This record gives sequence, C-alpha cells and structure tokens, in this order.
Amino acid sequence: MKTLSPEKINELEEIARRLRVDSLRFIHRRGAGHPGGALSAAEIIAVLYFHALLIDPSNPDWEERDRFILSKGHASAVLYGALARRGFFPLSELDCWGELDCPHQGHPDRFKTPGVDMTSGLLGHGVAVGVGLALAARMKQQSYRTYVLLGDGECQAGILWEGVMTAAKFHLSNLTAIVDYNDVQLDGPVHEIMPLEPMANKWAACGWHVEKVNGHNVRQVAEVLDLATNIHDQPTVILAYTTKGKGVSFMENLNTWHGIAPSTGQLEQALVELGEVTHG
Amino acid sequence: MAEIAMRAAYGQALAEYGALNLQVVALDVDTSASTLSNIFARRFPERFFNIGIAEPCMVDVAAGLALGGFLPFVNGFASILSLRALEQIRTCICYARTNVKIAASYAGVSDFKDGATHYAITDLANLRALPGMTVIVPADASEAAAWVPIIGEYDGPVYFRISRAETLPVHTADPPLQIGKGRSLRSGRDLTLVATGSMVGRCVLAADQLASQGIDARLLEFHTLKPFDKELLLQAAEETGALVSAEEHSIIGGLGSAMAEALAEGCPTPLERVGIRDRFCPTGRDLDKLMDACGLSIMEVVAAAQRVLARKKK
Repeated sequence: MKTLSPEKINELEEIARRLRVDSLRFIHRRGAGHPGGALSAAEIIAVLYFHALLIDPSNPDWEERDRFILSKGHASAVLYGALARRGFFPLSELDCWGELDCPHQGHPDRFKTPGVDMTSGLLGHGVAVGVGLALAARMKQQSYRTYVLLGDGECQAGILWEGVMTAAKFHLSNLTAIVDYNDVQLDGPVHEIMPLEPMANKWAACGWHVEKVNGHNVRQVAEVLDLATNIHDQPTVILAYTTKGKGVSFMENLNTWHGIAPSTGQLEQALVELGEVTHG
Repeated sequence: MAEIAMRAAYGQALAEYGALNLQVVALDVDTSASTLSNIFARRFPERFFNIGIAEPCMVDVAAGLALGGFLPFVNGFASILSLRALEQIRTCICYARTNVKIAASYAGVSDFKDGATHYAITDLANLRALPGMTVIVPADASEAAAWVPIIGEYDGPVYFRISRAETLPVHTADPPLQIGKGRSLRSGRDLTLVATGSMVGRCVLAADQLASQGIDARLLEFHTLKPFDKELLLQAAEETGALVSAEEHSIIGGLGSAMAEALAEGCPTPLERVGIRDRFCPTGRDLDKLMDACGLSIMEVVAAAQRVLARKKK
C-alpha cells in the first residue's frame, strides 16, 4: 500500500473544503437540497474522485472505468461539485440547478449528468445494483471496481441487506461500500430513530470485510480504499465515522440541516467558517 | 388444452435464446423450479444467478448487470414482482432505463392451488402505469416462446406476463408478432371481442357460440398492453360499434381500462369489460373452474357481448 505524500494529503483536504463550499453555494442558489449529508461526505468524495477512482472525464463511458454509485443520492451537491472539478462538465452548469432546463437533477440521473454511473434517489439500492456491476465485471474479466456510498440511515432498509447478502454469496471482492456514518437522519439521531449498532458485526456476520475510519481524515480514507483492493474473496465495507454538516458550526450534528437550504446570511457565515471568505 | 404449460414453453425458449445470445443472463428468486428458468440454469450455470427470496434485490442486481453490458431476464412470481419489487422496477429499470426483461410467471390466477396471496390480478395496472415500460401478455405456450427472442432484441424494459398453466391454444403465426400491434384473429361486423392472455382462447370459443346465435363477432388479440394499439382498436370501434374486453386480471387498470381510455378520447363506443370485478379470488381445485368462478367464463364473454349489442342498438 502506497502512503500518501503530505502534498497529496493537503491537496485532498483542500478539495474537500472546496466541495463543501460548492455544495452550500449550489444548495443556496437553488433554495433546496441536502447540506448535512453533502458536508459529511466531502472527504470521502474528494478521495474517491481525486485519488481512488480510475476514471477518464474525457471518456465517461469508458468500459473499464471504475464505477461509483451515490446510493445516498440526496448528497448530489457534493457529487456534482466533484464531477465538475474533475472535468466532466463546467461548474457553471450548476448555476441554474433547480431550473426546469438545467440538466442536473435534484438526485443524480445517469443520462443527464456526465460521470454518473447509476441513477439514484430513493434509498437502499446502491449495494444491490453494485452487485450486478461487480458480477458483470467478473464475467467480462474486466478489472474495474465498483464503489457504493451509503448513508447510515439507508442501512435501515431491508433492500440494503438483501444486496449485502448477495454480494457476500458471490464473493465480490471487486465491490467496496462506504457508509457515511454521521449518526443523524431526517427525524433525529440514527441511534434513536432505528439503531444500527452493532454495525460492524452486522456487516461481518453477512460475510463482508469491515474497516473503520475517521471519514474526515483523507489519509485514512485513502489508505483503507487502497487496502480494499487487496482483500480477496469478499466485499469490503468501510464504516466512515463522520459529522453531519461537518465544517459549519451551526449545521453540525443537527438533523434540521438534513434537507433545507441556508439563507444568504447563513451561507455567508458558513463561507467564513470554511475559509472561503474573510470577515467583513 | 395446449400440449405444454406456458411457463414450460418460456423456460425452453429462454434457454434456446441464451444459446444464441451470449449476453443473456437469467436471475431467479428460489423459484427456478417453478418459473422453469432452471432449464436455462442447467445449460448456462455461469450465466444464472439465484438471489434467494428477494425480488427487489433481484431487480436491482439485474439493473447492475444491464449497466455492465449484459441482457438480464429476471424470473419470479408476478404477484411479488409487480408489488414488492415495483419500486425497484420503477426506479432502477424504468427511470434509469436499464435493459431488463421481467418474466413474471404464475400470473393471473394461474397458481390456482395457492390462493389470493399468489394471484397477480393487478400487475398489468401497476406496470402499465410506469413510463418507459412495455407490457406483453402472450395468449398461449407457442406464442410465449415466440416472444422471447423478440423482447430480447428489443432495447428497453419489458414486463412479460406468463401463465403457470396451459391455456387454450390459439396457435396462430399470422399476422406475425410485433410489439405494440394487436392481431385480428377473426373478422366480424356486429361487435368486437378484444382479449389478452389466457382469455384469447376463451374468446375464440365465445365467438363460435355467438356465431351460432347469428352474431358476427370480430376477435382482436391485444398481446401488447403498452404501447397500446389505439389505431386497431378505434378502427374496430368505428366498424363494429360495440366492444367487449376480456382479461385474466382486475377490471381496474388492465386491458379494459386501456380500451376505455382510448375509446373515450378517440371514438366513444359501448364497452363491456370481462375481468375480475375488484375482489380477491379463492383457491381452486383446477384452473378452468376457478377462472369460471372469477367471472372469466366463456358464458360471461357471451353475456357481455349480448349486453353490449343491446346497448349498441339503443
């Protein structure tokens, strides 16, 4: 496993910071969206798109590319920021996000946003769809990997565990799931709404290799994604412990920021906290 | 009765098509011995996936296989596929436009021994309402087999409704099967019987009975409920002035509803619907008697024809 250079770590941290800024600006401009879960996933998305995924923005349909499914499709803002900054389309296309003629939808649509491998939105589908992609890779003897980013709340859905069992049955070591485990969902704390613990044991009991990381530590996230490529005979899940609304003090850990847009004043304060603008 | 059950003809045809098209993969949910996808599984074990009793998961896995370049046929019971897996079908097949074929077996009341939980009498309503879905209902075993390569070569989602049982054979190769095009099986001027699936064969016999009463009934087979062949229907409405629909399905949302929608907009014409009248159906000892008890008898078709003729003459 290669170690990330200090420069690469700095670069990924800076990308994550920018993705937070992008997400909040998109959501503010549109007047709608899901800031909490976009901010919690910023480092994970930054590491995926700027370190782990083997992709070619000039050829988004490249057959051997790694696949990524944003199963928590409501975090579309952070994905759109990453795809634009990775070169799939101009960032300015998000200026009209929410307008009827904007190609980019509230939740990712594989026909409308270049670089989106699978349409998502309603929760729970990512792992099962990922199983199909991973099986296809194996049958075609292609080397691409399939990555799925899950919200913790969607791990309450039965369909998720159907996919988890299926991935283990077929020993899909080319499939990696990451859980953005921020412990906050729409109605309140995940551990109160419907407890998931013991989460690691559940995945392990279903036949998955389990890793735990601080989901805001780009070095840890990158290392464990790399490590998963060396796990053979079983899929890997990364429980990435995160903070919902990370980086903006008044959003952190609050379920009320699951699905509302910041006001102009709130955006300004958030951009100060994120180091994007200075006071005054 | 036909020589073999519709599911047997389908299972054999899927295996034969799988030999020709190496992109075909089949999935099942612990029902391969019932749907007879096990014929494909035995021939191509490396292209067959048993997902266990998890229809929603099977649909999602199939969507992923389609994204990965394969041509998946998912197999299971119509009752569960069209209800429990409906959201997966809507989101991951129709909206995401993945090229997945849904082979929905044990449809209608054909699983007569198992009762209302196992009957699929609203599946056509559920699936017909989904944007982007094609809905096909074969009339007999040979037609079911003939459809397999046609829907395989068609680029897009298809719901393919298969009976567990034998149906009365219709055995017609002419006119040829074409998605979205109804077939005229018998000419007639007094009224038109429009049937789908197992009711096509029953309507053949009903038309004979009507002829013996001096009533000249046209018979159209609508194997495709979506896209719906409005042109053929409206022509029949204009030329015969009275119609009867017949389907092994609820009268809500299926063939009769599709006809009522098209007629109301295009050529308001008296219509009588033969189907299951918004109720759950009992367990039976044999399918013929159960269908009769469900309001699907040949007598019901004849009676509906007489009623609609009386309305036409007013």
